[in-house]
Amino acid sequence: MRTQNNKAWFLVLPVLLLVAFNGLIPIMTVVNYSVQETFGNNLFFWEGLGWFEQILRSDRFHAALGRQFLFTGMILAIEVPLGIAIALSMPKSGFWVPVCLVTMALPMLIPWNVVGSMWNIFTLPDIGLLGYFLNHTLGITYDMTQNPVAAWATVIVMDVWHWTSLVVLLSYAGLIAIPDAYYQAAKIDGANGWKVFRYIQLPKMKTVLTIAILLRFMDSFNIYTEPFTLTGGGPGNSTTLLSIDLVKIALGQFDLGPAAAMSLIYFAITLLVSWVFYTLMTKDDVK
Amino acid sequence: MKKRYLVPFFYILFLLLPIYWLVAMSFKTTNEILGGFSLFPQQFTLENYREIFTDPTWYWGYINSILYVSINTVLSVAVALPAAYAFSRYRFLGDKHLFFWLLTNRMAPAAVFALPFFQLYSAVGLFDTHIAVALAHCLFNIPLAVWILEGFMGGVPKELDETAYVDGYSFSKFFAKIFLPTIKAGVGVTAFFCFMFSWVELLLAKTLTAVEAKPIAAVMTRTASSAGYELGLLAAAGTLTIIPGAIVIYFVRNYIAKGFALGRV
Amino acid sequence: MAKITLSNLRHSYLADPKGPDDYALKEIDLDWDDGGAYALLGPSGCGKTTLLNIISGLLQPSEGQILFDDVDVTDLPPDQRNIAQVFQFPVIYDTMTVYDNLAFPLRNRGRDEVAVKRRVTAIAEMLELSDQLKVRAANLTPDNKQKISMGRGLVREEVNVVMFDEPLTVIDPHLKWKLRSKLKELQQRVNATMIYVTHDQTEALTFADQVVVMDDGMIVQIGTPVELFERPAHTFVGHFIGSPGMNLLPCDVADGAASFHGTTIPLEGPITRSGDKTEIGVRPEYVSVGASGVEGVVRKVADVGRHKVLEAIVGETRVSAIVGDAVPEPGEPVHLNFRQDRTRLYVDGWLATEPAGETP
Repeated sequence: MRTQNNKAWFLVLPVLLLVAFNGLIPIMTVVNYSVQETFGNNLFFWEGLGWFEQILRSDRFHAALGRQFLFTGMILAIEVPLGIAIALSMPKSGFWVPVCLVTMALPMLIPWNVVGSMWNIFTLPDIGLLGYFLNHTLGITYDMTQNPVAAWATVIVMDVWHWTSLVVLLSYAGLIAIPDAYYQAAKIDGANGWKVFRYIQLPKMKTVLTIAILLRFMDSFNIYTEPFTLTGGGPGNSTTLLSIDLVKIALGQFDLGPAAAMSLIYFAITLLVSWVFYTLMTKDDVK
Repeated sequence: MKKRYLVPFFYILFLLLPIYWLVAMSFKTTNEILGGFSLFPQQFTLENYREIFTDPTWYWGYINSILYVSINTVLSVAVALPAAYAFSRYRFLGDKHLFFWLLTNRMAPAAVFALPFFQLYSAVGLFDTHIAVALAHCLFNIPLAVWILEGFMGGVPKELDETAYVDGYSFSKFFAKIFLPTIKAGVGVTAFFCFMFSWVELLLAKTLTAVEAKPIAAVMTRTASSAGYELGLLAAAGTLTIIPGAIVIYFVRNYIAKGFALGRV
Repeated sequence: MAKITLSNLRHSYLADPKGPDDYALKEIDLDWDDGGAYALLGPSGCGKTTLLNIISGLLQPSEGQILFDDVDVTDLPPDQRNIAQVFQFPVIYDTMTVYDNLAFPLRNRGRDEVAVKRRVTAIAEMLELSDQLKVRAANLTPDNKQKISMGRGLVREEVNVVMFDEPLTVIDPHLKWKLRSKLKELQQRVNATMIYVTHDQTEALTFADQVVVMDDGMIVQIGTPVELFERPAHTFVGHFIGSPGMNLLPCDVADGAASFHGTTIPLEGPITRSGDKTEIGVRPEYVSVGASGVEGVVRKVADVGRHKVLEAIVGETRVSAIVGDAVPEPGEPVHLNFRQDRTRLYVDGWLATEPAGETP
């Protein structure tokens, strides 16, 4: 039972200060920029919602947003079922379990630019392991720098390589928490493997899957470094996802107003969709 | 061996393949790399590693990264502990909103903060310092740390606290001597995640540094673009960045499955 | 309903068992009659859950056979044995309604919906769950969830035996008796063979017509609750059943008589075996306080409401007696008498006397 005690604020104060410093001040700056126009020399003029309108109408923004939703959609559609399937096929106990889990966790601890560089080297058409294999052994023409489809495929496979393990580890944790009695009862009830999955395993993995899906949604929607290091957003702008475009505008072009407006819209979309996901996934919970 | 074990087997093979390629390339000369395709290094060389270990720009990159990651981990865990305790044990005005606000920071796209952070940290004179990156990463790591720790603390019965107070412990003594040891698995998991997210992040680390505190990730990206295609060197640098991660996983290997469930399953 | 026969059953959880200690079940030969209500009683670790899982088919025995109506089912999986099992905590399918939960075993076997509906409504009525059929199973209280588990077991008409593995463990104490009586009522209505595993003697003795007492992987005694109480075949049964359990007095045996601290204690009848460890067994209900008898010192007196339990020390042995109103104080000397026809000798743990005047 938690007791009412407002002095608890003192315990929370350090966290509040640090996160507010990093979270509130920059956001305030961004809000500030989003409603102003500057022509340099630190002179600002009120712009109102002009930047927001501009962004929301801009084809460039729509294109980047579309690419982002496509990317995130494909990621979720691949990584979640795949992760669950791998978790289901792993042994419940034994020597190999920690070995598997440790190896699977490794991709998640590699700096994101190294992930991008690694896949870059891996997929070079004539001298990369995969590139060589595809082009020369299988005879498929594959060049990520020339072909948007190849670039997309590579970005997707790279993310699957990078993050599926998160889904695996979370699913596995949920699976091994299920007591044996459920499986025994299912045997007695004559349920086949699919029914066991649908009526026992999947419901019992609900909490972990909610966490996994939310995390994967957020992180894939906000992704920057890996695809940028891999393709630079190209060829052309075929793999320019939302973050990449934003950084181009903000740090590359220093278009403060549009960048700020876009930032806020971006953040808002992430929050909104996350909230929708979360509500949908926990609506059946009786508290 | 059951047939279904083939699935994790092939998955792990898939995971190891690009890593193998990276490591293999780190032992090749640039000539061999650009000259054609070879599965194993034909002219095995340690030249790439030698260059990294002798060039200050390179090895300082690693040191800088480890420095700010460590600072961030210690800082995040340290401030998250009392806060998580407060959330777990007390109700106070605005507690639900505060917790929710903390979590929303974790959802923020880093790209949104790139420019503002650049301006903010320049304004306070912290640009290009380790502390800047350490502080900046707190934005994401502290909410995560609070969330994980609160989950672990929820598993400790309140009777423990009450018994300690009855026995005459002051709050700080109780926290340090009794409470912390009980949740040390949770602290370990939290530290692991803070380390992980700080070590792998590039955008903010690169934006906030120039020369003095330049992380290895930034050194690598600058090399990749400017010095032409020194792939072997890049591969060696990349291989070396995998090592700290591998070491850290090894230390938490027993908690990995449980830890990823964040103590809440 | 079926007659169940366990023949030469032994089980070890180790791949390579070396000696008797490696076996969870040491040697089981047992017949369970059709339609009976049985309890499998024993302390934790005695092998009762192992035995239960072997009967249901969740576990394959290392050696031996299981026969249902004289048909060997040892190699059959659980869903082909027509058994049902209720576990220690309610095992239900959270996402389904109560109706669907009960219908599940039938639908898995391909029954048509008309038959399903008939059975489910009948069982729901028996379990008093008829008004909750549309409710999501996860929202029920633990005792109702256990009822669903039981219901899933009974919903198949061809069920041979229903097994209960300590099903009241997570139920609130004040609801336990309600569920227990419901179980007994079900057993009588459905007339299925039911085996109830527990370590709680009250549960066992109230539910079962026949109790199988197990200890350390072996069956120690089978009998009605009265038989177990009146005539324990083993010191374990004597001590486990009854509250307090049977008194065990180490004694010496010479010339067909037993003596305790020098005093000869008359036994119910002739001694039938010999061995190393000899003890006199007599229940506190049959120990009385009198003017003469074995002398001891009162250690404590506990008032349990309906009567008092007096605990005395004779030498180093504790002896308990059920007494009425006139009780000596702790510290006082007391003389204990044992009712002869309930005083028996146990040799190496096993009953070693037979009643006088009876032919074996």
